[in-house]
Amino acid sequence: MLTCKQFLQELNDYLDPNTDAALKTRLEAHVSECPNCFVIVDTTKKTLQVYKGVEPQAIPEDVKNRLLKALERKIAAREPAQT
Amino acid sequence: MVERDPPVTTPVPTPAAFDETALVARARAGDAQAFTALMTQYERKIYRLAKHITQNDEDAEDVLQEAFLKAYEHLAGFQGNSKFYTWIVRIAVNEALMKLRKRRSDHTVPLDEPVDTGEEMVNREIAVWEDNPEQRYSREEMQGILDRAVESLKPDFRTVFMLRDIEELSTEETAEALGISVPAVKSRLLRARLALREKLTRQFKRKGEDVFANL
Repeated sequence: MLTCKQFLQELNDYLDPNTDAALKTRLEAHVSECPNCFVIVDTTKKTLQVYKGVEPQAIPEDVKNRLLKALERKIAAREPAQT
Repeated sequence: MVERDPPVTTPVPTPAAFDETALVARARAGDAQAFTALMTQYERKIYRLAKHITQNDEDAEDVLQEAFLKAYEHLAGFQGNSKFYTWIVRIAVNEALMKLRKRRSDHTVPLDEPVDTGEEMVNREIAVWEDNPEQRYSREEMQGILDRAVESLKPDFRTVFMLRDIEELSTEETAEALGISVPAVKSRLLRARLALREKLTRQFKRKGEDVFANL
């Protein structure tokens, strides 16, 4: 049986749906026996979920305006070279 | 009834009809409107990424502008082997890391700290979370909690976390974007995830149920 330290070193593999079945089974065996690692797995999954659930906020209007202006200048500077 | 000719230019697609490949092709052919549509699609994510890496509003705005202007300038060289989004993320990361290095050289924060792969995993907070913490906080409060947790990570860790878990680049793409090895990406991601878990558990743990902490 894996130690907790060994399990935690493989935590990413445990969370990765593409991890091969044999390794997954070994990791699963540890989680099912170890309440601490069970909680760590659960709260790590929740950590990733809360981050994935947050959409990026709109960028500030003035930042957006300056970005568009900068692009317009870039486009204008390029146009003579293309004609 | 008057017959009208079909419009000459294709309208910029709405997000629902967003077709990155078609827009990139049009932008490469010189259609500035198509490039603007690509920019509009991704500017929020790039700005968020830049803010998290640089932790500075002014630098983040510079990164945002420089990334899209460079992308526009070098669009002809974009091979299309990767997605445009992955490409623009890589450009933005390079710009952000340059800002970070410059800022660090101006101040005292250490830069390329060696990655400790000895993996001393610190897990002090082993407690179940309250149910649905998202519902207990306003959107702004939640955003603040999550941002502060990410910002407290070492730059090497938070950059990998942002690319892998927020921007959803593959391990290989992240390694390439940062110029580090795949094992280094994996190691930093693990450390970042565990550190964030630790910080969020302090915030979200169910009160009075620190039941496993002393086992």
